[in-house]
Amino acid sequence: MMITNMMQKLIYTLLFVLVSQLAHAKLEIQIIQGNASALPIAIIPMQWRATDPRPLTGVSEVVSSDLYRSGLFDPLDEQDMVDRPVDAESIRYGTWRLLKVDYLVIGHVKDAPGGTGYDIVYQLFDVHTQEALLSQITTVGLGDLRFGSHRVADAIYEKLTGVAGAFSTRIAYISSTGLGKDQNFQLFVADADGFNPQAVVGSPEPLLSPNWSPDGQRLAYVSFEKGNSAIYVQNVATGQRDLVSSGKGINGAPAYSPDGRFMAMTLSASGNPEIYVRDLATGQNRQLTQHWAIDTEAAWSPDSKWVYFTSDRGGKPQIYRVAATGGKPSRVTLEGDYNARSSISPDGSRIAMAHGRGNEYRIAVLDTDTGRTRILTPGVLDESPSFAPNGSMILYATREDSRGVLSAVSVDGNVRQRLILTEGDVREPAWSPVIR
Amino acid sequence: MNTTWRFLLALVIAVSISACKTTEPAVDTTPTDTMDTKPATDVTTAAAPDPRDYTDARNFDNSESLLSKRVIYFDFDKSEIRSEYRPIVAAHAAYVSAHGSARVTLEGHADERGTREYNLGLGERRSNSVSGLLSAAGAMGMQLDSVSYGEERPVCRVSDDSCWSQNRRVEIVYTAR
Repeated sequence: MMITNMMQKLIYTLLFVLVSQLAHAKLEIQIIQGNASALPIAIIPMQWRATDPRPLTGVSEVVSSDLYRSGLFDPLDEQDMVDRPVDAESIRYGTWRLLKVDYLVIGHVKDAPGGTGYDIVYQLFDVHTQEALLSQITTVGLGDLRFGSHRVADAIYEKLTGVAGAFSTRIAYISSTGLGKDQNFQLFVADADGFNPQAVVGSPEPLLSPNWSPDGQRLAYVSFEKGNSAIYVQNVATGQRDLVSSGKGINGAPAYSPDGRFMAMTLSASGNPEIYVRDLATGQNRQLTQHWAIDTEAAWSPDSKWVYFTSDRGGKPQIYRVAATGGKPSRVTLEGDYNARSSISPDGSRIAMAHGRGNEYRIAVLDTDTGRTRILTPGVLDESPSFAPNGSMILYATREDSRGVLSAVSVDGNVRQRLILTEGDVREPAWSPVIR
Repeated sequence: MNTTWRFLLALVIAVSISACKTTEPAVDTTPTDTMDTKPATDVTTAAAPDPRDYTDARNFDNSESLLSKRVIYFDFDKSEIRSEYRPIVAAHAAYVSAHGSARVTLEGHADERGTREYNLGLGERRSNSVSGLLSAAGAMGMQLDSVSYGEERPVCRVSDDSCWSQNRRVEIVYTAR
C-alpha cells in the first residue's frame, strides 16, 4: 500500500492523539504586579501521617502557590514560620498577630480508610477572633494529592472571598515549534497552575481554537491535518475523537453553548465565513448570520440565549450579538477601531476581547451594565482572552521577545502574572469549566 | 623571378585561396549515431525557453519568467491584488488555461496581528482574490482550490513590518501540471 504524504501526516497526527507526560513543557509562573490589599495568611506545612513516602511538594506548598497566584492573598514564607502547629491546641495566636498574619491553616495528611488514597485533614483559623472558619477533610485517590491540594485552596479562597475558587480547574493551550517544513503543533491540557501538561494532540499541521465542553470532559478544536481546516471533538481522558465539520472552505471557531446542547462554528462553504449553530442532538446546522462580511469567533452568553461574534460588516472587526434562535445582529462594541474574539464572563456581566488600536492589541473588558470599556493589559500583541470559571481572572496570549507566552490578569486589572512555557510558541489558552 | 611568373604565382595562390573559400563541404543532415562520436565532456547545453511563453512548463524553474514567481504579497488588512502582481497572476492563468490537467491550490495567509480565526477569514479573502483573477483570465473552476492558513504558517516570526509583509501572502501551489 502506497503511503502518500497526506496519509503520513494523518498517521503522525493519530499517533499523537494519546495522553502523554511531557515534563519539559512546564509553565513557569512569575508575578509581575502585586496587590497591596492582599490577605496575609500562613499555611503551615502539613504533617505527613500516611504510610507512603511523603511527596517532594507538600499540600501546603501547592495551596500557598495557588492563593499567591490569585493576587488576593499574601502567604507567609515557610522560612518565616517560627512556629509550626499541627493541631488547634498548639496554636499560639500571639505569635501570629506579631507576624501580622490574619489567617492560619493547619493540618495533616493520612491514609484514607480502605487504602484507596489520602485524607487531607485541615482547619482554617481567624487569628484575631481565634475562630475555626473551616474544619474539613478532603479525600483524594492515590496520585491525586495535587488535585486535593487545589481543592483545599478552592475552599479557603471561597471561605475568605465569597467567590468559588478556580484552582482545581484545567487549561488547554496550543504550542508550536519550528518554521516551514519543521513546524510542529501540540494541544496541551495542564492544571490551572501549569503543572502536569499533557499533549492530547500532536500534528505537523496547524491546530487552533481549543474550546471546552461544559462538563469539562471534551475539547473541540480546529485541525489542518486533512489539508484544510476541520473541527474535531475529543474526549480528553480517553483520546477518542469525532470529526464534526470538514466542508469546503473554513471550518473554525467551535464554541459549545453553556447548556451543552449546541455548538456554534464558523463555516465559509457558502462563500464567506458565517456563524452556524449545530444542534448536537440532531446534528443539524442552522445558519445564524447572513452577510458578505467575515463573521466568526462565536461566544455564548451564560444563559445560552445570545451568540456574540466578531464581524467586519462595519469595515473593521467589532463585536456583535444575535439571538441564538436567530434575528438581526446588533453591534456591542462602540470604542476602539478593532475588537475581536470575545469571551463572556460566567455571570454575563463582562465581555473580554482583543482590542486593537493601530498596531497594538490589548485585552479590554466591557462592563455590560455600565457600557464602559477598561483596558487591562499593556499589549502590544495580546489576544485570545479566556475567563476563569469563577470570573476572577482572564487567561490570554501575549508575545515577549518574539515568543508566544500566556499571561493571566485579574478582572480588575490589578494583578498580572506571566506563565512562560520553557519551549515553543504558546497561544490560544482556554480555561476549563469547573469539573465536579 | 620576372613579372609574369610573379603574376602567375599570385593568380595560383588567389585561386587556391578562393577555391578553399568557395568549396564548402556538403552539410550532412543525417543524424549521426552518438555512439560513434567521442563524448563531449566539456560541452553543456541549457534549455532557454522563451520566458514569456507562459504555457511552457520549463519556465516554472526559469527565474527569468513570471511562472517562477509563485507568491503574491498583500497590504495590511487588504485582499486586493496590487497592480505589480497582476502580470504574475496573468502568467499562471495562461498556463492553467492552456493545460487542462493543471491543478492549483491557492494558500492564503495573514500576518500575526489580530485574532487567529479572523485571520483565517482574511487569508481566505486573499486566496479568493487570486482565484477570482485566475478564473477571469481563463482558468476553470475545477482547476482551482483554496485553503486559508491565516497566521498559522508564517515564514518568519519577528514582530516587525519586514516580517509581517512577508507573511501577508498567497502561495500559488501546483498540485498537478
